[in-house]
Amino acid sequence: MTAATADTEIERRVWRLLEQVQDPEIPVLSVVDLGIARDVRVRDGEVEVVITPTYSGCPAMDTIARDIADALAAEGLGGTRVTTQLAPAWTTDWLSDEARAKLAAYGVAPPERASGDKRSLLGGEVTLACPRCGSRHSERISQFGSTACKALYRCLDCLEPFDYFKCV
Amino acid sequence: MTAASGGDLFEYLLRLGDTSLVLGHRLSEWCGQGPALEEDLALANIALDLIGQARLLLEYAGKVEGQGRSEDDLAYLRDGRDYRNLLLVEQPNGHYGDTIARQFLYDAFAVELWGELTRSGDVQLAAIAAKAVKEHEYHWRHSSGWLIRLGDGTEESHAKMQASLDRLWTYTGEMFADDDVEQAIQRTGVGPDVATLAPRWNTRIDPVLSEATLTRPVASWMQRGGKEGRHGEHLGHMLAEMQSVHRAHPGAKW
Repeated sequence: MTAATADTEIERRVWRLLEQVQDPEIPVLSVVDLGIARDVRVRDGEVEVVITPTYSGCPAMDTIARDIADALAAEGLGGTRVTTQLAPAWTTDWLSDEARAKLAAYGVAPPERASGDKRSLLGGEVTLACPRCGSRHSERISQFGSTACKALYRCLDCLEPFDYFKCV
Repeated sequence: MTAASGGDLFEYLLRLGDTSLVLGHRLSEWCGQGPALEEDLALANIALDLIGQARLLLEYAGKVEGQGRSEDDLAYLRDGRDYRNLLLVEQPNGHYGDTIARQFLYDAFAVELWGELTRSGDVQLAAIAAKAVKEHEYHWRHSSGWLIRLGDGTEESHAKMQASLDRLWTYTGEMFADDDVEQAIQRTGVGPDVATLAPRWNTRIDPVLSEATLTRPVASWMQRGGKEGRHGEHLGHMLAEMQSVHRAHPGAKW
């Protein structure tokens, strides 16, 4: 096997392992689902994983970098470098359909697409479907929530409060 | 286009980074003391965004300076005279209306400034701006909403909100007044001519003030000096608290 094919093989393995690394604050989504893991670069067996923050002040980034390095080290890929890249800026558009379904099942309303639709960011209220009963009869309690990426809503039918993954 | 000299870029990054850091720290002082749980969360979240921006900006400033200073060195080991933040953001929290007025006046400026900086000729600054502008737009929505709610609220909340605006107004002129550093930054395509942001700031705030039934204050004169390190008495007290742990335990890690 040539060095180049070996690197490609490692790269595939790394992506598969990254799918097992969960976000510490939304533990049903992996760093791949969230679009935080941007790139895997392998050269002569040396691995670099490139990640991007969701928000400038996301306090989970250090933990995420450590979790990635630990997960790879546990599979014999010690010495992996985890680097941060800011551009292009992270957007909720990068959440896969699978990620949206996982969020909803976890009780967090997924972001209304797309971030280009500024109504969801700047304008009035968006009508969100309650992740528990599905009713669109809901209201915003707070523009900010339990983490930097969430806002707080309430269903007016089943009366449950729920998190909304803010659309940016 | 020539690159801005390292000195000008360093100074400019300190202005941006210190403004985010000082306002972020001020807002964090509300944590656990907000008037309602939702507001406590809101201010803590806004503080988090601002401190995150400050980390990115100060880390980059340290690289540009080339003296090996980290973001922590710059945040915790400089005294007030070396801070380059706008005077507006160092003003104490006061009551909730004071905090909202300060945030409203700053957010309207920040949305315009950071929007311009997404087109900065400096690639790293443009990358930081692309994240920051989205955060500021979200903050602006919060502060303008509260300005309307308190301004067009009860007789008492209206009077307090008007007084807060009147008191803080004198610190707004500095945002649009440039100097040698900012002229160099503008010439080299790194940042905008801040004077051009003033009419856009007006367009942004005037309709909100009027919806809030508040009167736009008229300034007899404007304070300035923050960008050059001349601050009021409040910044020193804030820094003493913010820096005390780091200075007591230099280099401590957990």
